[in-house]
Amino acid sequence: MILHELFSLEFLRVLWWALMGVMLIAFALTDGFDMGVGALLPFLGRTDTERRVIINTVGPVWEGNQVWFILGGGAIFAAWPLLYAVSFSGFYLAMFLILSALIVRPVAFKYRSKRPGRMWRSSWDWALFYGGAVPALLFGVAVGNILLGVPFRLTPDLLSIYDGNALQKLTGLLRPFALLAGVVSLSMLVMHGSAWLILKTEDPIARRARRTGTVAAMIAGAGYALAGLWLAFGIEGFHFASAPDPNGHSNPLLSEVVHGGSWLSAYAARPWIVVAPVLGFLGIAMVLRAFRSGGDRSPLAWSKMAIFGMVSSVGLTMFPIILPSNTDPRSSLTVWDASSSQLTLFVMMFASAIFLPLILFYTAWVYRVLWGKVTEEDVTDSDSHAY
Amino acid sequence: MELDIVDLSRLQFALTALFHFLFVPLTLGLSVIVAIMETVYVMTNRPIWRQMTKFWGNLFGINFAIGVATGVTMEFQFGMNWSYYSHYVGDIFGAPLALEGLMAFFMEATFVGLFFFGWDRLSKPAHLMVTWLVAIATNFSALWILIANGWMQHPVGAVFNPMTMRMEMTSFYEVIVNPVAQAKFVHTVSAGYVMGSVFVLGISAWYLLKGRHIGLARRSLTVAASFGLAGALSVVVLGDESGYDAGENQQMKMAAIEAMWNTEPAPASFTLFGIPDQEARETKYAVHIPWVMGLIGTRSLTEPIAGINQLEAQAELRVRRGIIAYDAVMKIRETPQAIGDPAIRAQFDDNADDFGHALLLLRYTDDPRNATDAQIAQAAEDTIPHVWPIFWAFRIMAGLGFAFILTMAFFFWRSSFCGQTYPRWSLWLAVVMIPTPWIAVEMGWIVAEYGRQPWTVDGVLPTALSVSHLTISDVLLTLAGFTIFYSILFVIEMALMLKAIRKGPTDDVELTEDWEVAHARRLSPKQTPAE
Repeated sequence: MILHELFSLEFLRVLWWALMGVMLIAFALTDGFDMGVGALLPFLGRTDTERRVIINTVGPVWEGNQVWFILGGGAIFAAWPLLYAVSFSGFYLAMFLILSALIVRPVAFKYRSKRPGRMWRSSWDWALFYGGAVPALLFGVAVGNILLGVPFRLTPDLLSIYDGNALQKLTGLLRPFALLAGVVSLSMLVMHGSAWLILKTEDPIARRARRTGTVAAMIAGAGYALAGLWLAFGIEGFHFASAPDPNGHSNPLLSEVVHGGSWLSAYAARPWIVVAPVLGFLGIAMVLRAFRSGGDRSPLAWSKMAIFGMVSSVGLTMFPIILPSNTDPRSSLTVWDASSSQLTLFVMMFASAIFLPLILFYTAWVYRVLWGKVTEEDVTDSDSHAY
Repeated sequence: MELDIVDLSRLQFALTALFHFLFVPLTLGLSVIVAIMETVYVMTNRPIWRQMTKFWGNLFGINFAIGVATGVTMEFQFGMNWSYYSHYVGDIFGAPLALEGLMAFFMEATFVGLFFFGWDRLSKPAHLMVTWLVAIATNFSALWILIANGWMQHPVGAVFNPMTMRMEMTSFYEVIVNPVAQAKFVHTVSAGYVMGSVFVLGISAWYLLKGRHIGLARRSLTVAASFGLAGALSVVVLGDESGYDAGENQQMKMAAIEAMWNTEPAPASFTLFGIPDQEARETKYAVHIPWVMGLIGTRSLTEPIAGINQLEAQAELRVRRGIIAYDAVMKIRETPQAIGDPAIRAQFDDNADDFGHALLLLRYTDDPRNATDAQIAQAAEDTIPHVWPIFWAFRIMAGLGFAFILTMAFFFWRSSFCGQTYPRWSLWLAVVMIPTPWIAVEMGWIVAEYGRQPWTVDGVLPTALSVSHLTISDVLLTLAGFTIFYSILFVIEMALMLKAIRKGPTDDVELTEDWEVAHARRLSPKQTPAE
């Protein structure tokens, strides 16, 4: 097969870096509101019927939404195998916690309504809370740690060594800046979940959601600004010691990354990326306005823009570094040395070009079929269909 | 025996995979059965078929949720516990996994919500389309997973790159049309169809015995028997096809299945019964059927099938050639420019196929180039898997396969030619048989994956090297976590399943009765079964 050589390795690497971002953002935009709704469930639903309304706003779609995460994981495996290997084994216990949330959530949705008991239902409600809040927090903690650098090194065989046992690895993640990032991501998704509930429910749930959404958006905005200042004045970045070969071998040990300087120097080198944080802040401001006075649909739209801006700003700031090591910077994974082969990237690009639009198409169709608010009558009338 | 990190990681993988595989085949089978039932509903407009679709669809849903939950674990685990494997073969193995998400799982998960929530929102044909899309996507999902798994059994279309220290894809086409993957796919989905059919058959038989939900049970039984007979024939025939592929590609697994210690003159006989003794390298109390093994394994009467002792001798030669390749890789690592040196390049290329065998030595020495003859002999011996579990797992699986054919054929015959009357003993038999497909598929997993040892990727990467750099306590912690989690889920799932089955159909029951009354004259006077 010669066809794949039509696209340079450099082009394919940048493309797959961008696609990885697209999938993670799609995950945050769709499953994000599922997680936010889960985290809000015990607080916004005061009666069993109210809780059922809340659950049924995401009932038919959460499963498809979650696939963005599974797809993101699969795409990282296929396009960035070393990133997959280092991050999943390095964040071992954190990954296990996320996994436990992803195991609990599907069964909680499915099983909650199968029995009437109060204990039964309230246990599953808290399971849904766990399944929403814990990953929302941990994803942010992980991003914070990636900005700080993660303590791993690669052997000459490219085995990833991450020192300490599981518990130390988990507590090692809980650094102040990373916790701030966790708070930002949790509040961002709670904001998003609130915006979703405003679209899909009626008062009093929608009214309560406007309140929680406002508080969450304020925390997210303030935390995001604080994190920016922290990056500017308190945290060192990573960069290449000498110009790397964008078409080089996928072996991090063949190039030299060093710790030092500022992440934010990226904004001097590529001024246009400032558009990402601007979208983030603008989105938050508009979301706050929409929560106060907007209709039912505008909060979700602005919330999407805010999330898009905030998540993409992290990636654009770090480019071309993907996962830096603070104990052995030379092992750091970058766009230029951690990808799959040219052929694999090409094949996957080809498949994505066909199937991503198809996915968007049928997902949009499903959302259209399910369009409209979920009311108390909906869940009480047709008992057998609703969760 | 002290468990090390490799054993614990394997134990965790086996537990989570075997658990996941309790639910997946049922999802595969039920999705198609439900789609068939809804098709009949749309074609005939009779509400009983909608009632059936919803009833079995509800059981499908309970099962599907836990299949999804445990499936995520499988994907994460490669990165968490098998990170060196993920790095080493991610270039090839990752692609089908990502494609599974892109092509199949996304569709399945997106439409499954509409299947349950879309009854009142969609037209009849649109809902039917949704149901079929779920069923098709479920089967596609199996296709990609088995392409990934088939590559572990028979790695094609890839080559080791010394610069990146990993396998890299050379032909995506070869990876997809891998004969092992194709045979495994049809074998596995057929097993799912059989499982779904035995499940529906058994529950319907129980309703007939109890005299409940007769209309639903009688029709479901007919669907299950017809679909199950096709599935059971396919699972055995295609199982034979997998056997043939194993014979060509994974001779050691074939020899272990057979406990065939030495090459026999063609055509080899099939050992029906025996107790394999790995120490003595012989099978005690063996009962042979002449010719059969030669026919399964080689499709001929003249080609011999290699025995374990002979394969071990071949493996020793491969280890020695692998050391030559390993030497070339080390030279390239010391001076990367050496990769341009034709002599070194040739030294690697000529022995590249055996490079993986040199890695077997890393258990015994840090540098395979200094391995002693004893260590090389030990590495060759390591290529022999534990014979008795594979030998017995295969026999249990294959025996059950034939039992499924007989059962399904019997019910198909009664349903098609005897006016849907079934003797009570046969209905009880159907109930008792409900758990057996699970035994068969778990045994099948053991033959395929335990029989692949000591490799994660046959001849390419030893299992012992594939694990992450973790501590024993890390893996013990998650192993305990998964065990507790999964036990709770299992209890809940069983309780909900049994409750739903005991309760019987709840949707459209009145609608169905009204319809039957209104159309009473048109209905045939055919009376119910169970006598």
